[in-house]
Amino acid sequence: MKRLVLVIALIALLPGAIVHAQQPPPQPPTAQEDFVPVSALPQAEQLPAAPLLIAAYAFVWVALMMYVWSLWRRMARLERDLADLQRRVPKP
Amino acid sequence: MSRLFVPLLLLAAALFAAAPFVVANAPFEETMGLVQKIFYYHVPSAMMMFVSAFVCGIASAIYLFRRSAAADRVAQAAGELVVLFGLIVLVTGPLWARKAWGVWWEWDARLTSSLLLWMIFLAYLLVRRFGGPGSEKLAGAMALFGMANVPFVYVSVNYWRTLHPKTSVVMTLAPGMRAAFWFSVAAFVILYVLLLTLRKRLEDRQATVEQIYLAIEE
Amino acid sequence: MTQFLRVAWVVMRKDLTIEMRSREIVYTTVFFAASCVLVFAFALVREGRPLEDAAAGILWISIAFAGTLGLGRTFERERHTETLRALMLAPSDRPAIYVGKLLGMLVLLAIVEAVLVPMVGLLFHAPVFARPLWLAALLAAGTLGFASVGTLFAAMLVRARSRDVLLPVLLYPITIPVIIAGVRGTAALFQATPDEPMARFWAALLVFFDVVFVTLSLWTFEPLMTE
Repeated sequence: MKRLVLVIALIALLPGAIVHAQQPPPQPPTAQEDFVPVSALPQAEQLPAAPLLIAAYAFVWVALMMYVWSLWRRMARLERDLADLQRRVPKP
Repeated sequence: MSRLFVPLLLLAAALFAAAPFVVANAPFEETMGLVQKIFYYHVPSAMMMFVSAFVCGIASAIYLFRRSAAADRVAQAAGELVVLFGLIVLVTGPLWARKAWGVWWEWDARLTSSLLLWMIFLAYLLVRRFGGPGSEKLAGAMALFGMANVPFVYVSVNYWRTLHPKTSVVMTLAPGMRAAFWFSVAAFVILYVLLLTLRKRLEDRQATVEQIYLAIEE
Repeated sequence: MTQFLRVAWVVMRKDLTIEMRSREIVYTTVFFAASCVLVFAFALVREGRPLEDAAAGILWISIAFAGTLGLGRTFERERHTETLRALMLAPSDRPAIYVGKLLGMLVLLAIVEAVLVPMVGLLFHAPVFARPLWLAALLAAGTLGFASVGTLFAAMLVRARSRDVLLPVLLYPITIPVIIAGVRGTAALFQATPDEPMARFWAALLVFFDVVFVTLSLWTFEPLMTE
């Protein structure tokens, strides 16, 4: 249950991070001669790197944890089936 | 393997817990700055994707030519891990590219061939799931072709003009980055071994259940 | 070696003889390929004329689609009459049977291409007769790469479930590099001044793919077809 909550929380973070990456926040421009308003900078320079970085790392963690969780679930089901079958085997 | 499992698990947990700090302490790359730190997860994941493709291919060959059921189970596990690590590569890459190259995706040799490798192993999983009886052999052939594809993916970036960095980058890292990078690689290798073992164990358990089921039915 | 070649030749002749009686697969596959080209020509239109740069891509896509269809139909016929099992029971080299089927497939695709190339040249004003030998080399190498993997998978899928949809699912990711190389090489030849070194590079890459794919297919055909 706690694992599920953690996974959902991390998934919830991901779209937020991506959406944030799309919006350029106001930034002072790097050294240059004339005044260039932020909206005139090339778009790649406007993008803050941190949300992309966080989104990338969050995705890695989420993907790995979801996989481990699915393994856990499948193993639990198999254990149940195994116990079931062993009860059905006639005792010698 | 079972005796090593828990110590390896603890080691992997420790490595991954320390990873953010190690990565944060690595020096910034000149042109790309902060976003380059995705490198420490993107490249080891790609390495594990290639390794897993080889494991799947070799295990499939052993299954096809030696009829070893255990090899088939390893192949199934490795096939899933190619898709998992491939997904990580294909998501972290564009997130990095958006900042570094200005575009999410480019149809150049490296990206296209990586996507195709991922799709080959996705098809591998589809065949195993929906191919009906005898699909393990079909899937085995797919895995062999997928494995043959890996060297092509690797060298594509050296022979074609692409935006993607060349393979020489890894060997010529700055000293500070080198430590962080190989630390990440170690963590991912241990993680890969653990996941492969877990998944194979699941397959083994599945096979046992099926055997008992068939024995009961008789 | 001669035994091997003789078996392959016999299998190919068998396929072609059966096909020549009804000519069903040839007619339908060629018609399908031509329809593909027409659909693309109508879809990729600017100011009432088809896009001229699209010729190479459309040619190869149509070959790929027609090839997939032809593979499915050919092996469906085998499945229907259970001749594949009979072939497997014959005391001959299994890879020879594969080569025989591959040769039959290559003949079918050669007929398709003989119709498609002039058609593409006509509809897209592509200079298909500017460097005919290079174009033929590219088509031959690319078709061999595609057909070698296709024959292997189609033969394997004969006894599988969902075989119609699985053939493209399995075939395309592996053969897309072949298609890409073919398209790039052909596009280099279709330029105003044909770029021969470029075409030669892509042809060499295609030959490399062919070697890898044919070797892998020959190697795995026997264990795959055995129960």
